[in-house]
Amino acid sequence: MADLLSSRNLRRWLPWVLIVLAALVLPVILPPFRLNLLGRFLSLGIVALGVDLIWGYTGMLSLGQGIFFALGGYALAMYLQLNELKPGELPEFFSLYGVKSLPAFWQPFNSPLFTLIAIWVIPALVAGVLGYLVFRNRIKGVYFSILTQAALLVFFNFFNGQQKLINGTNGLKTSTARIFGELIGSDAMQRNLFWLTVVITVAAYLLCRWLTHGRFGDALIAIRDDEPRLRFTGYNPTAYKTVVFAVAGALAGISGALYTVQSGIVSPQYMAVPFSIEMVIWVAVGGRGTLIGALLGAVLINYAKSLVSEALPETWLFIQGGLFLLVVLALPDGLVGWWRQGGPGRLIAMVGWPPRTATYPALDLDPQVGAEQDQLERRGGGQG
Amino acid sequence: MTSTPMSRESSMNLLELQGVTVSFDGFLALNDLNLQLAPGELRAVIGPNGAGKTTFLDVITGKVKPTRGDVVFRGRSIVGRSEHHISRLGIGRKFQTPRVYQNLSPRRNLELAVRGPHGPAALLFGSLSSEQRDRVQHLLSVVGLERQAQQPAGGLSHGQKQWLEIAMLVAQDPELLLVDEPVAGLTDEETSRTADLLKQLAGDHTVLVIEHDMEFIRDLQAPVTVLHEGHVLCEGSMDQVQNDPRVIEVYLGSETQEDAA
Repeated sequence: MADLLSSRNLRRWLPWVLIVLAALVLPVILPPFRLNLLGRFLSLGIVALGVDLIWGYTGMLSLGQGIFFALGGYALAMYLQLNELKPGELPEFFSLYGVKSLPAFWQPFNSPLFTLIAIWVIPALVAGVLGYLVFRNRIKGVYFSILTQAALLVFFNFFNGQQKLINGTNGLKTSTARIFGELIGSDAMQRNLFWLTVVITVAAYLLCRWLTHGRFGDALIAIRDDEPRLRFTGYNPTAYKTVVFAVAGALAGISGALYTVQSGIVSPQYMAVPFSIEMVIWVAVGGRGTLIGALLGAVLINYAKSLVSEALPETWLFIQGGLFLLVVLALPDGLVGWWRQGGPGRLIAMVGWPPRTATYPALDLDPQVGAEQDQLERRGGGQG
Repeated sequence: MTSTPMSRESSMNLLELQGVTVSFDGFLALNDLNLQLAPGELRAVIGPNGAGKTTFLDVITGKVKPTRGDVVFRGRSIVGRSEHHISRLGIGRKFQTPRVYQNLSPRRNLELAVRGPHGPAALLFGSLSSEQRDRVQHLLSVVGLERQAQQPAGGLSHGQKQWLEIAMLVAQDPELLLVDEPVAGLTDEETSRTADLLKQLAGDHTVLVIEHDMEFIRDLQAPVTVLHEGHVLCEGSMDQVQNDPRVIEVYLGSETQEDAA
């Protein structure tokens, strides 16, 4: 029992216990409106995880994640539009534009199985192909960012202009669609979606953890630190970047689908330029290169955004810009990086309480002490 | 090692540069460069600044394509192949300034460099064999970085980074090691240890060293090739080269610039 409660075990289990508790308790204590917001922001955390993979770890700043986010949202929304239609019926908006038969690319979305796969495979494929072409030509840095933003604009304009195919600028509504006979917008359904989001967020986090904790993750960091060096060691960075960009695309797609059903609509606005830049800001504020930072950044900033917008509309953009400046100037590793580097301690020290040092510096430098420390760590530590 | 390159048959050469010319917008960084390296050889390359030493390595490792001429490794032309391809064929390179992955620990730096499959799938689903693990551990102790093995390499001293990068090169286990200024910024003791290490590596590997430090090259006891204006000026032992009037003129100079160059 004492062993179970040792600090190592506690640190390992406590986060999971808290997550499960939160998932069970929050739906009871939060009003449906707040719960729905939390679910939406959690699903934005998934797209932030993808941004962290390609930007935080691999060092490529993509400003086009909105493409993949929206593709996932559209895939699910198209299925919901078709779901529970009577044979021969078309989704309502088609009649506005005089479309008499379902466009061919809508047909596969009759199948729930196809939709579940399409939500992440289509964005992953688009990202993979786009990424491969870009990375093969060794386009990186600011040119990569500009290219992804240009691609975003292309997709935005296409989706915005195609009324007869996907209802153009109006987007596709999901809140009035039904699944399993239940209205998607109903409180009960939204609670289920919240739980689903929690589960998928945890799964996405674990996937990213697996990708980044190991030699694959080391290779990503090596690409960020010194890509030519890695090439001369026999690695092909193009392959790594393509894989990571595709994974980030898939995560964005899943995120977009979850966000769509919880906000009730998918529209070309998901591919607006500022939204994709916001995704980068979440990761920067939370702490790039740390997965938990990406999640925290997405949830905290969006919650702050909704609270501020309720109280003082119009000021949010200034606050967001200020936050970004603060992070760039003062917290280059974001909130999580600041925390890990002893930021809170320093803040307290500034107010007047000096931090306590664990030992005398001279003791740290003594080779004899160092050797003994090594020995102890080897005996007690096992695999670090 | 003791044999000069001339005594070997050209067909046995591990690496051959045949009339390599590199032109950057009309400026000839390399001009009709010919050079042969026999297997197991240790060779030093010297030359004044701007002689084309680094371009010469860039051509061999695939970073720069020659305008004319051919680079033949183990009897096959490697011109036009990408860097990672050439590296996998067995050519490793250490850069002029130490280039290690700053945010990874020395151990992880070495684990990335260690010989083995380098594809994304291999890194995701495979794990290091016990042999590879032992090799990393052994190299860490050889370069004396066991205690720093878990800290980010960005915090290492300049000399430690140099050694870590040499260790990465050894971990890669290439047939041909191209070493660009391995002792720049090292202390005398570290310099002589580096010379010993390179001498040890030669024999099993072929080693080509580019260096400015004349004492170090004398320590290596290796044949010397002098580059000047992208061209091989002369080859021979250190004493022969130092007494060659052409070399004195272009490189060692009348102003006794032995170490300054």
